[in-house]
Amino acid sequence: MSVLLSRYAECVFWMARYVERAENVARILDVHETFTRDRTGAVNWSSVVSICSDDERFYQTHPQASAKAVVDFYLLDPENPTSIFSSVRAARDNARTLRPLISTEMWTHINVFYNTLRAMTPADVSMSGLSQTCAVIKESCQTHYGITEGTFYRDASWYFYLMGKYLERADQTSRILDIKYNILTPAEPAAIDASQWNALLRSVAGYHAFRRTHPRGLTPAAVAEFMLFDSSFPRSISMCFRQVDDLLHRLRSRFALRNGVAALERLDEVRAALDQHTIDDVLREGLHEFSDWIQRQAIDVTGDIQKDFFI
Amino acid sequence: MKIDETDLFSDYTATGYYCELMGTPSDPAAHNKPLLDRLRRMSGDELVRRSRIAERELFNLGITFTVYSDRDAIDRILPFDVVPRVISAADWEILESGSVQRVAALNLFLKDIYNDQKILKDGVIPRDLVVGNKNFREQMMGVKVPHDTYVHVCGIDVVRDDEGNFLVLEDNARCPSGVSYVVENRHMMQRTFPDLMSDIGIRSVGNYGQMLREACADVAPAGIDDPTVVLLSPGTFNSAYFEHIFLAREMGVPLVEGRDLVVEDDRVYMKTISGLRPVHTIYRRIDDDFIDPEVFRPDSMLGVPGLMRAYRAGNLGLANAIGTGVADDKAVYAYLPRIIRYYLDQEPILSNVETHICREPEGLKYTLDHMAELVVKPVGESGGYGVMIGPKATEAELAETREKLLENPSNFISQPMIKLSVCPTLIEGVLEPRHVDLRPFAVTGKKTWVLPGGLTRVAIRRGSLVVNSSQGGGSKDTWVLES
Repeated sequence: MSVLLSRYAECVFWMARYVERAENVARILDVHETFTRDRTGAVNWSSVVSICSDDERFYQTHPQASAKAVVDFYLLDPENPTSIFSSVRAARDNARTLRPLISTEMWTHINVFYNTLRAMTPADVSMSGLSQTCAVIKESCQTHYGITEGTFYRDASWYFYLMGKYLERADQTSRILDIKYNILTPAEPAAIDASQWNALLRSVAGYHAFRRTHPRGLTPAAVAEFMLFDSSFPRSISMCFRQVDDLLHRLRSRFALRNGVAALERLDEVRAALDQHTIDDVLREGLHEFSDWIQRQAIDVTGDIQKDFFI
Repeated sequence: MKIDETDLFSDYTATGYYCELMGTPSDPAAHNKPLLDRLRRMSGDELVRRSRIAERELFNLGITFTVYSDRDAIDRILPFDVVPRVISAADWEILESGSVQRVAALNLFLKDIYNDQKILKDGVIPRDLVVGNKNFREQMMGVKVPHDTYVHVCGIDVVRDDEGNFLVLEDNARCPSGVSYVVENRHMMQRTFPDLMSDIGIRSVGNYGQMLREACADVAPAGIDDPTVVLLSPGTFNSAYFEHIFLAREMGVPLVEGRDLVVEDDRVYMKTISGLRPVHTIYRRIDDDFIDPEVFRPDSMLGVPGLMRAYRAGNLGLANAIGTGVADDKAVYAYLPRIIRYYLDQEPILSNVETHICREPEGLKYTLDHMAELVVKPVGESGGYGVMIGPKATEAELAETREKLLENPSNFISQPMIKLSVCPTLIEGVLEPRHVDLRPFAVTGKKTWVLPGGLTRVAIRRGSLVVNSSQGGGSKDTWVLES
């Protein structure tokens, strides 16, 4: 039996999600600036807005997706709920609630991280210093995982922490793949711009891993397959759902819980679909439709967990 | 090179006041020599440097209270002064036994007024002062509480006058706060001034949480072997939320909010991932008014509907009990020496500050005649609000207070201005005397235990007597010497 309060389970799940989200947005910004210049050296920043499904909100307040506008919107804008600042603030709010549960080191780190971002102004972030800023953010998120791994007590809350993290990651990976794939896949195979595909892989920290499994050549389909199905890549969608499924099974058996059945059934379906589809099936049926379906599954699994454990 | 023979204390004088580190010229505090010698070897710069490290760390650790403005919630640290306040073993014995005595009297008083009301029948204290008090809870009449303990946590505010006598300023018998700073200040000192502390022989403050947990277990319903204790907080927006976290961790109990609890069949449960789990004792940091919307304020979103049903049925221990606010009322305070004599047949170990009760004609007359010398306090307020300090007040302020007094005399008491003791305090790189008070914490389940020391609050502004954190006060580590 576990005495973990439902409210804490929910907070820990979301704390993990928000840190994961902050890291992913930092990756997207960083990679975008560094690797996606086209032949004229210009960077098209509007796709970043699309990845995060923020077109409507962004263009309400900004006439166009200039580099500076997009970066400010995603880095420090406190009014934008998908900005890194907002994610870290939300993670920190959850951590504040969770302070009786988490280690002092986890709390202190996230509190300092938040205060660092809070002290930053758009003027502090020049476009030339963007990569540096993103590196600091990514590192802070990774430090959070490291401290958590090393200090967080492994009771039921640990499972919720990891489930939150992997569900968020599945969602983020599918978004990146969805948007970029359509933009980067030209009608003429000869026009494939390898640097853009490298960038896509780098934005999920998968370039080197991909090279290990595909030493020669790079096709859009191989990249998509890698991000969707690779069984060892820590950010692949298959891997993320497998983790969530395992975690939920272990949580239930270790703490003799009877709830969580709906989420398990849904996870079964998702995993079966991921196992049964080849990349050719996906591309034939439409990558966008498939990504969309995956994102909906992540939302529904979250809803199932919410209903069974958080209320 | 000029050799600087001055030390930190060269310009320090506390004439006219009792100094907590130096004593008085005629009666120097010999027990503080080791500490003073070490401090003299430090430079102002060194103290400032370490003080900055300490404040940075408090902020990073989030040992803060929260101040709300229109737009933003800002975390502030309670200013921490690095020069400790020291209490000798002999002084501590007085404070400790005096606190135990006071808590015993408060508990006997509460038991009496919520049952037989002998003290009212015997005319020791005016009936309407008690039953007419807004903190008197009708709902507690006849309710039996385990071990007759009502005040499980008591914070007794003590000051010291120019002759070195301890005087009680007020009893906090509802939800006194500040104990987290006592423990965190000690941790901070241990990290930043290990050289100042080694071999001095200071009593530990580390087991407060365990003692409180035990007291809470003591008052769980009968027949429960391993009671589940929780700490009930109003939530993250409460300015003392840090303290709630601190205590929950130290006690090893879940920190819950009202929405985590439900009452079914007059029993309290908490909502966990494996369903409802029984709760046996609640250490609550929510005022009576908000704790159960079925009984008290119906608009409260913070409380637990039905909690009083469970409590009255004997299925729940509550620390502190409901209705203790009547005992720490500033008007009832004035009668406490009489209350101690009435129940315990003892003289008070700790004296009250001489108090004039304005509801009594003599008290009102004396107060009006001597207003410029007196401190006038409204009885219902806390946190230092509404206090008029006669010797520092302008003519207009005096006139305004006079008007309020005449309008509603029962709402006020007055006290002579105490020459509060001082303690060397680091102000812009030099040590200056600043006024301090002390809040020892007494924890009571089956019996009473007093945390050695307590919270020393210091008025950072020169000449200020107001030490409350809400009004710019700071705090110090408080050492009780082993011998």
